Amino acid sequence: MRALAALKVDGIQVDRGGIRVVEEASFSLGRGEALILAGPNGAGKTTLIRALAGLLPLAGGTIELEGADDDARLGEMAHYVAHANAIDADLTVAENLSFWQVFWDGGADSSRLDQALDGFQLQSLRDIPARYLSAGQRRRTALARLIVAPRPIWLLDEATVSLDTGQVERFSVRVNRHLAAGGMVIASTHLQLGFDVARTVTLDVDEGGIGATARITTGPPGTWRAQGTRA
Amino acid sequence: MRAWAALLGRELRLAWRSGSAIGTVLGFYAIAVAMMPVAIGPDLNLLARIAPGVLWISMMLAALLSLGRLFERDHENGTLDLWQMGVMPLELVVTAKALAHWMTTCLPLVVITPVLGLFLNIEAGAVPMVVVTMLIGTVAISFLGAIAAALTLRSRRGGVLIALLVLPIYVPTLIYGIAATVASTTALGEAAISSLAMLGAISLIATIVGPVAAAAALRVQTG
Repeated sequence: MRALAALKVDGIQVDRGGIRVVEEASFSLGRGEALILAGPNGAGKTTLIRALAGLLPLAGGTIELEGADDDARLGEMAHYVAHANAIDADLTVAENLSFWQVFWDGGADSSRLDQALDGFQLQSLRDIPARYLSAGQRRRTALARLIVAPRPIWLLDEATVSLDTGQVERFSVRVNRHLAAGGMVIASTHLQLGFDVARTVTLDVDEGGIGATARITTGPPGTWRAQGTRA
Repeated sequence: MRAWAALLGRELRLAWRSGSAIGTVLGFYAIAVAMMPVAIGPDLNLLARIAPGVLWISMMLAALLSLGRLFERDHENGTLDLWQMGVMPLELVVTAKALAHWMTTCLPLVVITPVLGLFLNIEAGAVPMVVVTMLIGTVAISFLGAIAAALTLRSRRGGVLIALLVLPIYVPTLIYGIAATVASTTALGEAAISSLAMLGAISLIATIVGPVAAAAALRVQTG
C-alpha cells in the first residue's frame, strides 16, 4: 500500500448542469478513518464521491494527499464502487476479477484473487458468466474488486445495495479490516453499517428538492455538522 | 505493459464471446457488394473498373456498424469510470480498444475482400493491392472512428451520427487507397508506392490523434 498519510479536502465545490450541487465540502481523513455520508436522495452524496474520484471537475477547492507523490491523484489511489457494477456480463466472475487484478496490480499477487472470491462467497460462481448472476451476486463481484488489488482509499457509493443482511455484515467486516490496516473509507449509505471508526455527516436537502445544495463543514473530529443551502 | 496486454486480451475475448457482432458486419459487407452487380447490370468491364471503389466504400460502411459499440458497453456497465480513475492513461486504454476493433472487425473484412471481389469481376492483378491498401488504411478507420464513437457516447441514435462525423475524415484514406490500387493496375508503379506511403502516413497519424482526441471526448462525456 502506498504511503498515504492523510486526505485533506478543502472547500471543494461541484457543479452539475450549471447548478452548484456541492456548495462547500471540507474534511480531513487520517489512516484508519471512515467518513459516512448520509442524507436523502438528491443531497449530493454521489456527486461528492464522483468529484473525489476525479470523475467530475471541481468548481473550486483543493484535494490534498499527504504523504503521496506530488503528482498523485486521488482516483489512482482509490477503489470506487458505485451504482453500476463495472462487471462485464460476457466474462465470468473469475475473468472479471483477475483482469482487474492484473490491470491494477500487475498480477503480482494472484492469491488475492482467491481471497476476494472466498471473502465474498463467490468461489462456487467463479466460472459462471456474470450475465447469469443475481443482482446481489453481481454486487458481491463488484465488491470483490476491493480485495484483488490493495488501494488505500475506498470510495463506496451505496455499496451494499442488493446485498442480504448476512452479506452486509460480512462486508462490514471487510471494511473494518481495511480500516484496521490503515486504509480510509468514504461511503454514502442509508444503512447503519457498523464501521469501527466512522464519522457520519448528514447532507441536507431543502424542501424544494431540485437545485438543493449540500454543505459539509467540519471542525475538529467529532464536531461535524452539515447544513443545506439553496442554490 | 502487462496491464495493457491484459486490457487488449480482455477486449479480444469480449469480441470473441459476442461473435454475432462480427457476423453482422461481414454479412453487411457481403450483401452490399453483392447488390452492386444486380443494380448495375452484367457489364463486366464497368464492374471491374469500379470494383476497388465499391469494395472500399462497402468495407468502410461495414466497419462503421460496429464502431458504435466501442465504448458503449463500458459506459453502460460503469467500467468507463474505472478507466478514467485508473492507473493507465485513458489514451492508452483507447489505443487498446481501437486496436482490438481493428483486429476483430477490420481484419476479417479485409480477409474476405478477395472473395467478394469475384462478384465484381475484379482483375486478378488488382486483388493484392486492394488487400494491402485496405490492411494499411483500415488502421485509420478504427483509430479515427474511436473519436466519433467517444463523441456520440451519450447521444441517442449515435450510430447515424457516427457516420456523419467520421465518413468525411475517412476521405483522405479513401482517396489514397483507391489511387494506389488504380496505379498498380495501370503500370504506374511509382505512383502506387507514393500513394501507399501517404496511406501509411495517414494511418500512423490516426494512431496518435485518434486516442488523444477520443480520450478527451470521453472525459467530457462522463463529466
